[in-house]
Formats: sequence, structure tokens, C-alpha cells
Amino acid sequence: MHKVDRRVEHSHHFTSMIQEHEAGKQGTWMFMATEVMMFGALFCGYFMYRFLYPDAYVVGGELLNWKLGAANTVVLLLSSFTMALAVRETQLGNNKKAFNMIIITTLCAAFFMVVKYFEYTGKIDVGLFPGKWAPTAEYMDKINAIVADKGLENFNIENLRLFLVVYFVMTGLHGIHILVGIGLMFWLMKRLKNNEFSKDYYTAVEGVGLYWHIVDLIWIYLFPLMYLM
Amino acid sequence: MSGHHIMPFATNLKVFISLLVLTVLTVYTAKYVDLGGNWNLVLAMFIASIKGSLVLLWFMHLKGDSKTNQVVIGSTVIFLALLFGISIADLFYR
Repeated sequence: MHKVDRRVEHSHHFTSMIQEHEAGKQGTWMFMATEVMMFGALFCGYFMYRFLYPDAYVVGGELLNWKLGAANTVVLLLSSFTMALAVRETQLGNNKKAFNMIIITTLCAAFFMVVKYFEYTGKIDVGLFPGKWAPTAEYMDKINAIVADKGLENFNIENLRLFLVVYFVMTGLHGIHILVGIGLMFWLMKRLKNNEFSKDYYTAVEGVGLYWHIVDLIWIYLFPLMYLM
Repeated sequence: MSGHHIMPFATNLKVFISLLVLTVLTVYTAKYVDLGGNWNLVLAMFIASIKGSLVLLWFMHLKGDSKTNQVVIGSTVIFLALLFGISIADLFYR
């Protein structure tokens, strides 16, 4: 049986390489639409609870380290840049250069998750986690100091728990996407190493690229909403 | 092959630098400019949307992509607006 070499020919159920490429890309865009709607619902929840309990969000934002958030923002933007370059190099037929760009993108993703690990453990260690946990006594002093400093008369510790649910669910789901992205990039590295792409066939690299840019785009909104507001 | 858009290196770099500048602007306006009320939130979302558009149009090549893909993402924005609009209207006018 003839094995299709997709670098130079299309699969038998398509009529041309362009058609096959466009079909694959359109499917990826559909998937991106569902991603935006899924996170969109969470963002909607963020805003509704923010309007109901603004004081808890102000305190929550103060408790997060915005410098770590900003560092992660810069790293994700860099990874999006190198991902765009990886797609470009594959389009030009340079599998080796594209491989190097994917390596840099993966390192950025790993850096992001390491920072996230320290942020999460730092919060969990002082009892800032949704559910039955409560902030430690000395951390409670810090929270009360912020409340007094900002003059937040309607602050309530229960509402801070709600902020923590929003924070951990949204950044957690985003973090899972980063981990999935790292897995996809290892898959791309293997295929680039085997020289499986050509100027006319690079659908997988472009598809993972679209996914990675959407993950970056969601963080662009998450960063100011969680850390700065 | 025709129909493939290869973006020049310089364009990629310009988009990346613009995103970095807008990130600095986001932090600066949030930390050092007090607009009062929820206006800081509005400004931050406005800047984020400019950044998001840069990513969508250039990094994701939506500019110059097929009409179908543009409609897919355009309709997503419309449905998001419906979700936000109706939910927040419910919150304020119940």
C-alpha cells in the first residue's frame, strides 16, 4: 500500500495540498473559538463577582506578587514571538531552525510553570487556598493591614475565599494549557527532527502555533485582572 | 505554494516589541495612575484588547487569512459580547 509522503502530496481524501492544509487550519480555528468561549465564561464570572465584592478583589490583587506576574507575561510574550518564528522557519523549509525556535518556546513555557509553582506554594503555605483552609494568624495581620490601609469597609474574609477560587481556577486552567502546550511542542520537536515538514506541509506547526498564541492571549487578560487591579 | 502567508522577521519583531511596550504601559497605568472608580479596570482591559488584537491579527495571521476563519473568530467575539452583556445586565437590573 502506498504511504503518503505529506511533504509533497496530499492525503487521498483531499483534492489538493492547499485544501488539506486549509481544512486542518479551519478545524484548529474552530477549536480556538471553543477555548475562547470556555475562558470567556470564567472571565464573565470574574467580573460578576468583582462587581458584587470589589473589596475582596482589591485585597486579593495586593496579596499576589505583580513582579512575578509581569515576569511571566514577558516570558510568555517572548515564547509567542519564538513560536511565530518557528512557524515562519517551517514555512521556509528550515526544519532545523524551526526546531531551535521550538526549544526556546518550550524553555519559556517551563520557566512560566516554575514561577507558577513558587507562587502557588507560597499561597498554599500561608493557608490561602479555596475550601476549608484559612489564612494563618500572622498572614491575617497582613490582610488586615491592607484592609486598613485601603479603607475597605466592606471587606469580608469569606469573599477573599471567593477571589481565591476565581484565581486558582482561572490560572490553574491556564497552567494546564501551558503543560499541554509543552507536550505538543515535544511532539513537534520529534517531527521536526525527522524532517517531516516542508514548504508545502507544515499544518501541525501552524496549528500548535495558533494554540500557543491563544494561551498567551488569555494570559494577556489574566495578568492585569489578577495582579494589578 | 500560493495562499500561504509568510510573515517577515521584521514584522514579527515589531509586534513583539509593541507587546512589550504595552505591557510596561499596563503596569505603569495600573500602579501609578489613579483614574478613580472602575476606570483603571476599563483602561487595563482596553490595553489588553490592543495586545490581543496584535496577537490575533499578526502572530496568528488572521489578517490575510481565509474569510471563513475570520468569521469563526468574529462570531466568537459576538457570542462573548452576548454572554457578558446579558449576564451583567441580569446582575444590575434584576
